[in-house]
Amino acid sequence: MSKTLQIRGLRKVYEAQGRSVEAVGDLTFSVEASELVCVVGPSGCGKTTLLRCIAGLLEPTGGEVLLQGTRVAGPPPDLAVVFQEYGRSLFPWMTVRGNVELPLRSKRLGRDRRDELVTGALAAVGLGDVHDAYPWQLSGGMQQRVAIARAVAYEPHVLLMDEPFAAVDAQTRAELEDLVRAVWRRTGVTIVFVTHDIDEAVYLGQRVLALSSSPTVVQEDLAVDLPEERDQLTTRSDPRFTQLRTHLYAQIQQAKRGGDQPTPPASPEGAAAAPGS
Amino acid sequence: MTAVAAAARRALLVVGLPLALLALWWVLSADSQSFYLPPLSQILEAFASTWFGARLADDVLPSLLRLLAGFALATVAGVALGVAIGFSPRLRAALEPVLEFLRAIPPPVLVPIFILITGIGTTMKVLVIVSGCIWPILLNTVEGVRARDEVLEDTCRVYGIRGPARLRHLVLRSASPQIVTGMRQALSIGIILMVISEMFAASSGLGFTIIQFQRGFAIPEMWSGILLLGLLGVALSLAFSGFEGRVLGWYHGLRRAERGPS
Repeated sequence: MSKTLQIRGLRKVYEAQGRSVEAVGDLTFSVEASELVCVVGPSGCGKTTLLRCIAGLLEPTGGEVLLQGTRVAGPPPDLAVVFQEYGRSLFPWMTVRGNVELPLRSKRLGRDRRDELVTGALAAVGLGDVHDAYPWQLSGGMQQRVAIARAVAYEPHVLLMDEPFAAVDAQTRAELEDLVRAVWRRTGVTIVFVTHDIDEAVYLGQRVLALSSSPTVVQEDLAVDLPEERDQLTTRSDPRFTQLRTHLYAQIQQAKRGGDQPTPPASPEGAAAAPGS
Repeated sequence: MTAVAAAARRALLVVGLPLALLALWWVLSADSQSFYLPPLSQILEAFASTWFGARLADDVLPSLLRLLAGFALATVAGVALGVAIGFSPRLRAALEPVLEFLRAIPPPVLVPIFILITGIGTTMKVLVIVSGCIWPILLNTVEGVRARDEVLEDTCRVYGIRGPARLRHLVLRSASPQIVTGMRQALSIGIILMVISEMFAASSGLGFTIIQFQRGFAIPEMWSGILLLGLLGVALSLAFSGFEGRVLGWYHGLRRAERGPS
């Protein structure tokens, strides 16, 4: 049981008005302790559903999620999530400091320990000077930094990130990617990072899992053999980076076409997404 | 323009119309011979002699305290019930027809019933105020609780914020703009009901005194009482705005931020 996270035969079907939509078909993979795994896939392939099942926010229809050997049923205490909608995941009536501190209060940590964690986490994301600002006074990128600080201060074993930078501009996005790498290397937290951006996945991850469109399975489990020290200029112009991203891109295009899908799509959405099959 | 000049301009804008109306009243009523419409100068004289004395403590203060008690009770009960109903679709479905029925009843017609049950004392008057104030607070709280953001709800679940902490930090705060809107509506209803509750079987109070003046044909005094009611309304509204600014500062800031960079 050295694996931090194990997903076994995960399946999720949404039932609505007599129609059922299969969001996740049959997913099996595992994540080692202190690993940074990126999950990519075409839009609508169930990435967010997968993440919500891991977070215990959603009950899977079949299969199971194990976090450090324990079956996930409801949000586990040592897991944090950074949501895509940063503007809606921070409490607008609390200051930046209050937002980062609130989960620590629910953990019943003492005041001194809370202060230490909050100050440390905000400094780590480069927001040491805006403790008393409200989230809506900050730019989108800074708001997402607050959300990352909140997750870091919580000291989770596993950090889930759901397309966290999809709504920020390219420049901010590059900075936040480097921030995630820095936080990960400093804390050794296990990160599962969901994105639809192949370049982002290759740049960030030690491993990239490419999902196929529905029914969702792991199409490819790719080890990223780029150097540990990464930066936006040299890493992205590394020939190996280009090779990896091109390979993944081809895989995902194939997945979209449903080219190597032996089983016919089970849901109406799958049929629409794969007209060639 | 300097800040002082800007502030003076704003102040003039706020008090300008009331002052103009008073001046108009003063001029038009100056040589009024009508018994029912005395000159404003007489009303203002009556105002000072009527209210700046024993009546302030004997009539005005008890009325205000009953208003505040009724308003506070209605707020507590309205928010508590509103949270419960807002959480449970089944409870809402079951209670909705009854609530609509109760809400449609004008509180003044309940006065005789309250008198039968609780007598003619303070309890009756406070109950009349509660029975009118509770509805806007209750209904707005239900809407506010229902409209809470699902991403924030997920955030609370992930970070183990549940029970009383969730109620305090998520549910009540996210419903607070609607709750405050309901409280503002309730406050003006409360002032009306404060007067009405003193029209029946009362022996003191602001409303009671004004009715007494009316029946005794003390017309300038009656007018001065009406003036006082209006002034109380303005004062309470200002106090409420102060409260709203404190509680909803974040909300107004958020709205401004959402409207775009200024």
